[in-house]
Amino acid sequence: MNRMRTRLVVLHVMVLTLLAALAVRLWQVQVMRGQEFVSAAAETRTRDVVVPAVRGQILDAAGRPLVRNRTALVVSVDRNEIAKDRSVLTRLASVLGRPVKTLEKRIRPCGPGVTRPCWPGSPYQPIPIDEKVTTREALTILERQEEFPGVTAEVQAVRQYPNGRAAAQLLGYLQPVTQEELDRREGLKSGFSGVDLVGRDGLEATYDEALRGAPGLRKIQVDRLGKVIGIEQQVAPTTGDTLITSIDARIQAFTERAVHGAMKRAPRADGAAGVVLDARTGRVVAMASAPGYDPAVWTGGISEREYQQLLSDKAGKPLVSRAIKGEFAPGSTFKVSSVAAMLRSGYPINGHYGCPGAFMVGDRPFHNFRGIPLGTLTMHTALVKSCDTIFYKASYEQWIKDGGLHPKKTPKERFANTARAFGFGSPTGIDVPGESAGRIPDRDWKKDLWAQTSADNCKASRTGYPGVKNRTKAAFLKRLAYENCVEGYLLRPGDAANFSIGQGDVLVTPLQLARAYVALVGDGRLRSPRVGWALVRPDGTQVKKIEVPVVGKLPINAKERAYIKNALSQVASDGTAAGAFSGFPMDQVKIGGKTGTAEVYGKADTSWFASFAPTSKPKYVVVVMVSQGGMGGQSAAPAVREIYEGIYGIKNQQPIKPVSRLPQIARDGTVRR
Amino acid sequence: MMVDRTLLARRRAFTKLGAQSAVWRLDAVLLVAVASLCVIGTLLVWSSTRTWAPGSTGLVKKHMLNLAIGAALCSAVAMVDHRLMRAYAPLVYVLSLLGLVVVLTPLGSTINGSHSWITLGGGFAFQPSEFAKLGLVLMLAMLLAQPAEGTDRPRMLDVLFALMASGLAMALVMLQPDLGTTLVMAVITVGALAIAGIRRRYLLLLGLIAVAGAVAVWYFELLEPYQIARLTAFLDPTHDPRGVGYNSTQSMIAIGSGGLFGKGLFDGGQTTGRFVPEQHTDFIFTVAGEEFGFLGSVTVVALLAVVLVRGLQIARQCEDRFGTLVAGSIVCWLAFQTFENIGMTVGIMPITGLPLPFVSYGGTSTFANLIAIGLLQAIRIREQSFH
Repeated sequence: MNRMRTRLVVLHVMVLTLLAALAVRLWQVQVMRGQEFVSAAAETRTRDVVVPAVRGQILDAAGRPLVRNRTALVVSVDRNEIAKDRSVLTRLASVLGRPVKTLEKRIRPCGPGVTRPCWPGSPYQPIPIDEKVTTREALTILERQEEFPGVTAEVQAVRQYPNGRAAAQLLGYLQPVTQEELDRREGLKSGFSGVDLVGRDGLEATYDEALRGAPGLRKIQVDRLGKVIGIEQQVAPTTGDTLITSIDARIQAFTERAVHGAMKRAPRADGAAGVVLDARTGRVVAMASAPGYDPAVWTGGISEREYQQLLSDKAGKPLVSRAIKGEFAPGSTFKVSSVAAMLRSGYPINGHYGCPGAFMVGDRPFHNFRGIPLGTLTMHTALVKSCDTIFYKASYEQWIKDGGLHPKKTPKERFANTARAFGFGSPTGIDVPGESAGRIPDRDWKKDLWAQTSADNCKASRTGYPGVKNRTKAAFLKRLAYENCVEGYLLRPGDAANFSIGQGDVLVTPLQLARAYVALVGDGRLRSPRVGWALVRPDGTQVKKIEVPVVGKLPINAKERAYIKNALSQVASDGTAAGAFSGFPMDQVKIGGKTGTAEVYGKADTSWFASFAPTSKPKYVVVVMVSQGGMGGQSAAPAVREIYEGIYGIKNQQPIKPVSRLPQIARDGTVRR
Repeated sequence: MMVDRTLLARRRAFTKLGAQSAVWRLDAVLLVAVASLCVIGTLLVWSSTRTWAPGSTGLVKKHMLNLAIGAALCSAVAMVDHRLMRAYAPLVYVLSLLGLVVVLTPLGSTINGSHSWITLGGGFAFQPSEFAKLGLVLMLAMLLAQPAEGTDRPRMLDVLFALMASGLAMALVMLQPDLGTTLVMAVITVGALAIAGIRRRYLLLLGLIAVAGAVAVWYFELLEPYQIARLTAFLDPTHDPRGVGYNSTQSMIAIGSGGLFGKGLFDGGQTTGRFVPEQHTDFIFTVAGEEFGFLGSVTVVALLAVVLVRGLQIARQCEDRFGTLVAGSIVCWLAFQTFENIGMTVGIMPITGLPLPFVSYGGTSTFANLIAIGLLQAIRIREQSFH
């Protein structure tokens, strides 16, 4: 028995040693390294969830919503979780009653070769896959979280457009934030949210930061399955600012209708735009572009078909706002600039000028409209009747003064520089992204163009155009190529003549024309138009009033401006737009303006009407452009008339009072008008 | 014949002293330690199951039922003369082997990857391998109790029989497969042989065979890859923290975050969040670590130390080899299971599915552990009555 006792003593020692080892180890783990595990525990147990802020609304000048939010139940999936177990998606598909394939398509990341529907946002964000979920479906998912790991259903704010298609391009749209954008944003990297959307165009993009607000942060406790079991800490999100614009929803509606109607009426028209500016402030009252689209297509992930439709030529690229991005030759509407150029070149304002049917520019005759001679005219009548030859002559004379084909070192380029002073050739700086600059084809521009194209032109001048079937056309093109090859760097006399009546290579956007007219009929100052008027908190406190910056001054004095304005005031009653405005109660409100008919090679004319009203003390400047709409008095002027009829209540409805004060928003968010 | 006569004499002595006074000869310290562990275990089971098991108290009621049955079995066993058990040892052993065979037939069912259970219906399941530990303890003690003539070492033939008996049981358990129980049985066998007094060189040889066996298992890929992964994960849990290293990582986090004083009962976030798998059974110690802190978890270790030390004392005080062997083997069994279970939760032992004695949830293991305590008490009572 002694041996057994000895062995038991050994066993005793061993057992105590092992247990002591456990105690030492526990001391190590719990006391010495305790803090390390406390933080590790916090890490596994809590998740930081970014609570997206409700995006601010966009209101019109009277506080009516242009873009607002509605709440929707949205189901989102975490792609990394879903990837672990494909069967989750199958179950989800059956709950939502959609094919699995559709869901799979919506969660794959967009990229080369991947067509929409796909996920253009960050791969670390939950991907919303269904925005039209019923409460019952949402509850099914939430109650059976263990069957749906990585799937959430929550109430989210979704953009809503109460005016439908109106001002779609102006308002812009939202798209999921991309990983690069997320990385650039400080402090949000670790967080994620299902609706981290970014304004991609229009006002949504320009005022994105203010509209977005500040996301909240919620530290939630989760269990092993990621199921939420409590909230540890919460920082509430701050709703985005409300953007009050100077848009008048009713005038916008008239403008939309007029522009779309004009496009429909003109058989070959492929696009149209209407801009209404406040003549006193330069603020944008309405801006429409046709063809349009319904911005609701962006909500909840656009399908490939819808997306391609928006981009396609066949649909007329409805995403593109022709009001700020469309570049067209302005035709005679441009003559206001040319008159100013003449005055600056020393042509007397009270002089009389011959308006023959044709004027010889070098060895080539340049004709009046339909070659009709109009006799001797004052500048006033030249504008009203839209004589061309007076401007050809003046521009040609200035061209010769600058040295003609052998220009001086510092040519004055009166016509081009005056046009620049009217704001053409550079972006207006409106608070909407993607604006075009237009084009002033001066001597420098010609040189640049030649530097870029002479190689191709010279080649074409040798080989000709074997691909062109029409022989006359091919010969013409070959001659053109030859001319451009040899002397393309030169501003030819014809270029100068064409420029003076807004033809040839000169291009403007409808907005540029409108703001030039605002300066002309207003105080002579050139402004950078603004759509945004003020940013206010949802409770009505003003954050910032958005001023309209003055960016330049017209090169003519008040008397000269008044002279031109007077001339234009006769156009609608007696001039080129008289037909379009026949029967319009001019005694009630007198409309002034200028028609424009710009020839486009191979296409129908661009129809323009740039107008203002009332002529005595203009409140509005309205410009309508119809691409391939024919003559200015034919499609653009009637559309402008329609807009004025709406504004002034000509056809039985109440006239619209121009808004000059910001709408007051009460604490509870209601608008006092 | 000699044996029988002493047996009869002692029986008479026992009858004379009466059953009532037997209660006074119980090892009270052992009893209190085990009871404390059971109470702590109940609290921990409550804490770890209340969030998910049906009813507000989780699996506590069922656990308490198990403890009550276990206590009854413990008392019953304590009443029996352990030398009588020696006679029944082969029967117990054969019955437990039968259980191990039945579990391998379609009557057995698989829980957590091991085909170790016989489902009884009504939510009750029976794990024969737990009873097989008892059977093995009794069988080995019986075989090794008789020393070789004139020595205090067991006979070689008995040693061989003992190795065969344990080999058979281990093989059957390994077929389930249940690595943890197999290891417990190996420890019981080595412990019984050591206590029985076999030569140290044989012990060394056994150790060498064990090493060779481990190498062979490795070399011939006798274990499933997941078993090897589980066994080695504790060496580097960061290697695959979401896979096999998950248990190890999470259990360390739970225990470590408890700190010195713990977060308080029911206030452990890791426990509430169910981050540690199998927390009410094999990983029950993590609940103690998180909610009771270092002080609480060391108390559990200390209570288990008391149980083991008392067991060793009973073994030492026992005058007959059979009793000493039974008590010693039980200590080996419980000591290994304690060390392995707590060791794996703190990352110093590989992860195998073994419950913490008296603390973990689980019917069969509770029964087996309490019966073992019953055996210890029986040995002590008989010893005390003899003196």
